[in-house]
Amino acid sequence: MKWRRFFSINWLLVYAVAYMIFLYAPVILLPLFAFNDGTIIAFPLSGYTTKWFVSLWETEALHGAVSNSLLVAVTTALISTSLGACAARAAARYRFPGKQAIVGFIMLPLVLPEIIVAVALLIMLVQLGLPLSLWTVVAGHVLICTPFSIAILSSAFAGLDQSLEEASFDLGETRWGTFSRVTLPLVLPGVISSLLICFTISLDEFIIAFFLTGTDVTLPVYIWSQLRFPTKLPSVMALGTILLALSVLLLVAAEWFRRRAAARQGQEISTPGGLV
Amino acid sequence: MARRLDKDAKQGLVLISPVLVYALILLAAPLLLVLTFSFWTQNYLDIDRTLTLANYREALGTPIYQTLMLRSITISLVVTVVTVVLAFPIAYFLSFHVKKRKALWLFLITVPFWTSYLLRVFLWKVILGYNGVLNTALMELGIIDEPLTFILYNANAVVLTLAHAWAPFAILPIFVALEKIDRSLLEAAEDLGDGPFRRFWRVTLPLAMPGVVAATLIVLIPTVGDFITPKLVGGTEGLMIANMIQVQFGKANNAPLGAALAVSSMVIVATISVMIYVAGRYFGGRVKR
Repeated sequence: MKWRRFFSINWLLVYAVAYMIFLYAPVILLPLFAFNDGTIIAFPLSGYTTKWFVSLWETEALHGAVSNSLLVAVTTALISTSLGACAARAAARYRFPGKQAIVGFIMLPLVLPEIIVAVALLIMLVQLGLPLSLWTVVAGHVLICTPFSIAILSSAFAGLDQSLEEASFDLGETRWGTFSRVTLPLVLPGVISSLLICFTISLDEFIIAFFLTGTDVTLPVYIWSQLRFPTKLPSVMALGTILLALSVLLLVAAEWFRRRAAARQGQEISTPGGLV
Repeated sequence: MARRLDKDAKQGLVLISPVLVYALILLAAPLLLVLTFSFWTQNYLDIDRTLTLANYREALGTPIYQTLMLRSITISLVVTVVTVVLAFPIAYFLSFHVKKRKALWLFLITVPFWTSYLLRVFLWKVILGYNGVLNTALMELGIIDEPLTFILYNANAVVLTLAHAWAPFAILPIFVALEKIDRSLLEAAEDLGDGPFRRFWRVTLPLAMPGVVAATLIVLIPTVGDFITPKLVGGTEGLMIANMIQVQFGKANNAPLGAALAVSSMVIVATISVMIYVAGRYFGGRVKR
């Protein structure tokens, strides 16, 4: 008994900690080099500076990329979440022929390599003679974000007690009234969580943006172009640090809203996230 | 009752139709177009629309494409095995040993995954490089005298970087499968005289198989299509088929050949995936629920 406890508990914890170090190794380096007063990305560190952050402020091309990315990410989040809400509601509430096949097909981009999605969309756009722009990037991003949105919102809609809606109908509310006063408030935290996740995915997505972007580049495409110039690397690290902080903030917010959704519907809070 | 169901079915279909239409136009149609394209040929700027297998002959018959394809599949399979094997104990730890704060652990596991993919890959280059973090640290500690060179710009670096990038995708499905295991089955196995290893091998692992298979497929399929990691850390030894697909659609400007390469690699990956799925069902199916 003693031997077994020694084997299973301690070593698994040691392994888990080692694994977390492996997971966080590259992430920890990011702020380290961002505040490092040296032009080479290598140890030893040579002192504290914030000049790389200041240089970001002065780079015009970056500002363009940031506003492009924000536009793409916000639009993608709104469209994907609207589409995701329809699909999640349909999947959770109704039975219809071909349901499994339809949902499976919509979720396909989750397992399809992004390069395949990107290349396929590129071929179609070129064949149709449509110019590449930020909107073509949005079209691609909506395709890959919608499955995530459906996954998050499915749990929100599945936990929805149908009798509440029925009660609302019985008390004389219209369809729209029931939706806006009963259904929406109950799933709203899930909706916000989905918006934030889609926003984060789109903001970081590179492959589809790389193929489908026109002359206006998004942030990851801009970063890709900067990685070739060794002198630009420290400011890229600074940019990465800001993005990291932003992502963590958004994720904490998304998680908070998801838990609130679960709590409102009286589910157990510790159940794993909607992404699973 | 039948009418009620019909109404339900109708409403469900109406609700799901916007997404379905979107996916049909922007996913199904483009994928069919890729398939069609792979049977066409390109002469500089013109597309020759006579159907031909020339692209497939080139994609499957030319040594360089064969090498790249074989290497991609090999690297992806190694990445998948490494990722899933490394992920399993973590999922097991989370499911069976973490009593409180499970959600916090899960959150901590997903955080690195949400930082810029490009920068994460780039930072592995910083860690593994000749003057990189790892070499500097090992030399400071006196473990090595000269920087290790076998860790960057080859297939090893690609495997390590991808195993890192896809870690959460492997951990989460396995964790979910482990959470679903009825704990009384484990107690029963113990009561019937199974030791910890036998119990794990005969009860826990087969019941976790759906999660393991899901993790395997979720990691395997997209890694074949990655071209950033090979390009940044793979050197010439670690280039994969997706790099060639990207070149065909970019510089080489031969979309039909690129399409044929894409279709071939997807067919191969799909075949392997089906085999893994069937094998997983067979192995997992031995325990009756």
